[in-house]
Amino acid sequence: MMLTIIIFGLLLCGGFAWFMEGIKQNSARWIALGSFITFMVFFAFSIMNSPQSFNELQLFVRIPWISTFNIEYALALDHLSITLIILTFFLAIICVLVSWQEIQDKCGFFYFNLLASIAGIIGVFCAVDLFLFFFFWEVMLLPMTAIIAIWGHENRHFAAIKFFIFTQVSSLLMLVAIIATAYFYAQQTGALSFYYQDWLQLDIPLHLANYLMLGFFIAFAVKLPSVPVHSWLPDAHTQAPTAGSVLLAGVLLKTGAYGLIRFVIFLFPQASQDFAPIAGTLAVVSILYGAKMAFAQTDFKRLVAYSSISHMGFVMLALFAFNPIAYQGAIVTMVAHGLSSAALFSLAGMVYNRIHSRDLNDMGGFWQSAPRMGGFALAFAGAAFGLPGLANFVGEFMSLVGAYPHYPMLVILAAFGLIGSAIYGMVLFQTSFQGAPTKEIADLSMRELMISGSLLLLLLIIGLYPNLLLQYSMGAPSL
Amino acid sequence: MSTTLLAALPFYPLVSFLLLIILGKRLSWQQASWLSVGAMALSALSSGVLVYQLSQSDVHVLTVQLWSWFSLKGSTGIADVNFAFYLDALSSVMICVVTGIGFLIHLFAAIYMKNDENFSRFMAYMNLFIVAMLILVLADNLVLLYLGWEGVGLCSFLLIGFWYQEKDNVLAARKAFIVTRIGDTAMAIGLFMLFKSLGQLNIVDVTQAAQVSWQVGNNDAYWIALLLLGGAVGKSAQLPLQTWLPDAMAGPTPVSALIHAATMVTAGVYLIARMHGVFLLAPEVMQYVAWIGASTLLLAGAAALVQTDIKRVLAYSTMSQIGYMMLALGAGAWSAGVFHLMTHAFFKALLFLTAGSVILALHHQQNLFKMGGLLKKLPVESTLFIIGLICLMALPGTSGFFSKEAIIAELWSSPTAGAGLWWCAIVGALLTSIYSCRLFFLAFLGKQRFDTQLHIEKSKLLRMSLLILAALSLLGGLISLDLQAVFTDMSAPVNKVNEPYWLHTVAIITPFIGITFSWFYFARYRITSNAEIKASQSMLSQFLRSGLGFDALYQWLLIKPYCFIARLNRRDIVDQMIMLNAWYVRLWHDTLSTSQNGSLRWYAAAFGLAIVCLVGVVTL
Repeated sequence: MMLTIIIFGLLLCGGFAWFMEGIKQNSARWIALGSFITFMVFFAFSIMNSPQSFNELQLFVRIPWISTFNIEYALALDHLSITLIILTFFLAIICVLVSWQEIQDKCGFFYFNLLASIAGIIGVFCAVDLFLFFFFWEVMLLPMTAIIAIWGHENRHFAAIKFFIFTQVSSLLMLVAIIATAYFYAQQTGALSFYYQDWLQLDIPLHLANYLMLGFFIAFAVKLPSVPVHSWLPDAHTQAPTAGSVLLAGVLLKTGAYGLIRFVIFLFPQASQDFAPIAGTLAVVSILYGAKMAFAQTDFKRLVAYSSISHMGFVMLALFAFNPIAYQGAIVTMVAHGLSSAALFSLAGMVYNRIHSRDLNDMGGFWQSAPRMGGFALAFAGAAFGLPGLANFVGEFMSLVGAYPHYPMLVILAAFGLIGSAIYGMVLFQTSFQGAPTKEIADLSMRELMISGSLLLLLLIIGLYPNLLLQYSMGAPSL
Repeated sequence: MSTTLLAALPFYPLVSFLLLIILGKRLSWQQASWLSVGAMALSALSSGVLVYQLSQSDVHVLTVQLWSWFSLKGSTGIADVNFAFYLDALSSVMICVVTGIGFLIHLFAAIYMKNDENFSRFMAYMNLFIVAMLILVLADNLVLLYLGWEGVGLCSFLLIGFWYQEKDNVLAARKAFIVTRIGDTAMAIGLFMLFKSLGQLNIVDVTQAAQVSWQVGNNDAYWIALLLLGGAVGKSAQLPLQTWLPDAMAGPTPVSALIHAATMVTAGVYLIARMHGVFLLAPEVMQYVAWIGASTLLLAGAAALVQTDIKRVLAYSTMSQIGYMMLALGAGAWSAGVFHLMTHAFFKALLFLTAGSVILALHHQQNLFKMGGLLKKLPVESTLFIIGLICLMALPGTSGFFSKEAIIAELWSSPTAGAGLWWCAIVGALLTSIYSCRLFFLAFLGKQRFDTQLHIEKSKLLRMSLLILAALSLLGGLISLDLQAVFTDMSAPVNKVNEPYWLHTVAIITPFIGITFSWFYFARYRITSNAEIKASQSMLSQFLRSGLGFDALYQWLLIKPYCFIARLNRRDIVDQMIMLNAWYVRLWHDTLSTSQNGSLRWYAAAFGLAIVCLVGVVTL
């Protein structure tokens, strides 16, 4: 019941925020903030008081939805989804805070979209009926596209359409794979089923499994994203408003990784094993290509966007190593990247609000007038290039240590990404905050300090005490 | 009691760092210096107490675990990676050097940087550096060591670029960070390999497991030692990753003294000494270590001969002295290498700080050819500088003498070194004495070549820190390091019977030959004549001055291609290819929409043409 309340509650609150904004100006953001905090507390409280252990998927609700096709409304949680939902809530709050002043136009509708998108994302993380999963997958995309298209920067329509087409085409493949699997299930047992646990029992012949796996894989690889289907991301991230970029980088990319774990690897274990060398190679190419492309950028947000491609490559490499250490590394990297990229995008937003430019050539020497901002920028860049003590290091280290026995050559190549990340991290930090001062900018406001401070604190906590996360993902199902 | 003391050791400077960063400019100079220097004093005191307690107790090792970081479930069981400290004789030496020298340099820096508007930020970075360095030397596992390792790299970056408004400093900082990062990556790969083959990352466990499961010359041992060496050459500015150190002199002088001479750059030496259990199983890598050390020591010595900037001379000298330490490690003279690390920290810190005083007195003039005749004007500084130089040249009785002789004495008969490397060390010593004399003549003797009023700092604290360092430099050779407990497992009895009788004599008189040579060769630098002196501009000197062309080489080999590819592909070729689809769709869209122009004649013509084609196709 709890999950249903949260998902529909968020949608309702979104509608309410939209409605209230018409009556009283600036009320929407308060409603959005309030509802995120309330639901987050509600969620955390229910999880902590729950008697179940979440090492395995725990079913929360399962009722028929479209009975003709045996489609059900089924929601379940395990540690992986709980971790990601908490991350989603936290970043949603950050999103509201970074939009606080930035969004002035059609406020009500903006917060409606934000809440609807978060509702969809949470649905994605807990749906265990594949049709329902697909439904939520679409629910999270439409409002996201709207956020980019309406509140984005100069080239927003192009970016929104590109984002939409990429995800639509790839999710079409997933839809085909879902339906095919359901029919295969019907062939074997005589009845259709879209229920995840049923599918886990399936014994799909390998030649068929290969194609089905590929259908899912492509959809998630686009979302992750992996080279060569990454190119929607730099445009979408760059053109989206700050909250959009934070949401995209922080959470939406994680749905790709989540899908890889939950559906590709678990539903098609053998097919994924066979596919692993290709996936691993793609991952390493993403790591190196992303790092190199990031270095070449002069747009602050575009640079961070390419660095995301590089970081998510570590996740994919780790997942396809089928090793418990690497699996944990992937989880930590997902959370860490969620926080660090959100931090860098918020920072980009703060800089943009001050100088109305994202071009690194317009920046320089900001440390002089905004030392606090500079300190945070350094710390966040440090997180991005894997400075030990911050969360990303633990994730990347565990991913690579775990993957090394399986793919020594790939891991050695991936390790060059550490050099690449240092290069773009240095370029990002030094060109904007060091050098001769070009402009005077205001230092962080109280609200911005809160955003940056909380993100840095979490990065530090996970970096120094990752067991907070790891103790839950220890029960990495036998890989 | 002593475990708490050990656990708290890095936290004094950490607390001071946090306070300085948070309060920032709200602190007055007094408050900021009390805080940072006080934290260092506490650290130094507790290190002293710890080392004393360790020497009194029967156990030679002290460990303390703060909290568990993460654990790696390998094939051979669970390897815990903890925040845990491990203090033995080797790390005792290191913490004493780090906190002791660190304290003196902090004291000096508090006065040297007094008028800088970002004073508290400076002291904060210095404190943070000490935190990271202490973690590095105390870490009980390689991942924690890596944390300290990257931490000192970050601080080094921050301090080189402390005056960030100058473009050159920013670039020097970037270079230092990225070049050392290349070494760090090698080291990280080494850790992955190590974990794969031994399932351990704890230093003690690794050493034990290595001895059990590997034979001498084992392939894994070879690669792991080689990759760890990669990390060490990056941090310690050895060939081929040495290029960042001379540029790092862009930082304030106390930084050069603390980070780029006394402590951080010796981290590579520490790493190899710490992992000697693995290196001993890879004798080939030991030979590489020795050869890298020897070639760096010659290369840097040659480059130091022609530098015009006083700090760059000292930087190349540092590189060359670390080359000696590497040479010692490669030859298996572990204790001698660590001993030289310690004495070098004393006299190089003294040299840098004195140079800093001189530079301050000359209003930030660092060019040797614009100094001259300072002996009379700055007698105290000159005396201190002489003390530093005689230690550097290893004249008998000084600390440098004891440690360098200890190294040279072991080279000839070592299985991984030998006569060739012994001669390298001797030539290196000769070079050392020549560039030291040149430096001294140019700066302190000869004609005065500047016309500004000297700015003389009369602070007692400043003098005191220099005097203590001078005393340590002179008498530090008498400190006997008892590293037997650490390096017991190796010392295979070396047969010294076949050594020629003249070895020691040659080693001792070499610096005197150098001094005599310089006395005549650099005569025009030291005598007061009116002849103008200039730095030589010959091809050879230019080549040597640029550090033997390594910068240009890397510029062409690595940086240009990388930037070129990046620039070429700025618009992302993959994206361009995907966007071809969009272009294709648009092309059709445009073509077809022009045909839909609403003009009847056009439609009629198209209709007619189509009929003709259709009829044609059907009939044929």
